[in-house]
Amino acid sequence: MKIACFGVAREIAGGPSLRLPDIEGSTVAELRQKLITAYPAFGGLVSFAIARNEAYALDGDRIEAGDELVIIPPVSGG
Amino acid sequence: MIDIALRATPLDLTECSQFVSHPSCGGLCFFVGTIRDLNLGQTVTHLEFDTYDVMALKEMHKIAETAREQFGLHAVALHHRKGELTIGEVAVIVAVSSVHRAPAFAGCEFVIDELKKTVPIWKKEFRADGSHWLAARP
Repeated sequence: MKIACFGVAREIAGGPSLRLPDIEGSTVAELRQKLITAYPAFGGLVSFAIARNEAYALDGDRIEAGDELVIIPPVSGG
Repeated sequence: MIDIALRATPLDLTECSQFVSHPSCGGLCFFVGTIRDLNLGQTVTHLEFDTYDVMALKEMHKIAETAREQFGLHAVALHHRKGELTIGEVAVIVAVSSVHRAPAFAGCEFVIDELKKTVPIWKKEFRADGSHWLAARP
């Protein structure tokens, strides 16, 4: 599935999005773990959240086909 | 009343002030955030905001709604810049109005504090020693 990236995540992924296979049915916590395995640099961030369909996802939420997924590294607006 | 904006063009304090002004309100409070020339002892040359627009607008709206309910504000305007900014430019404006001053001060502070915690906007600082995404790494 495609996962969009912003900020420092864009640099880690090497572009505006990345693809991870076989994540439908995974929880958000599992997705985060898979991301760190595929891209160890995510493990070096202070933290990162996952947005699912334009809202912050909870660790226990399950990924469904068609979800819009986005990696949200620590925000720094204002 | 709530007015949210995420713009690539300069923000306008007068516009925000006019939006929140109301005959019933005796207190208007504003926070204007600008780009500093120094951070962590390093000279900053300019700055770039990356934004997840759709969600940023939604999160900004949520904060404004919560602030209105929690502090009994009449109106909230929350405008943020995106793209490239130079030193001294305005990055964010919070404007709130209420009948008396105390909720206006408290509500305005709440809005900017929450924005910094939850709104998906990222600041990349360009300094003499290179560029950095703020808050990303320990």
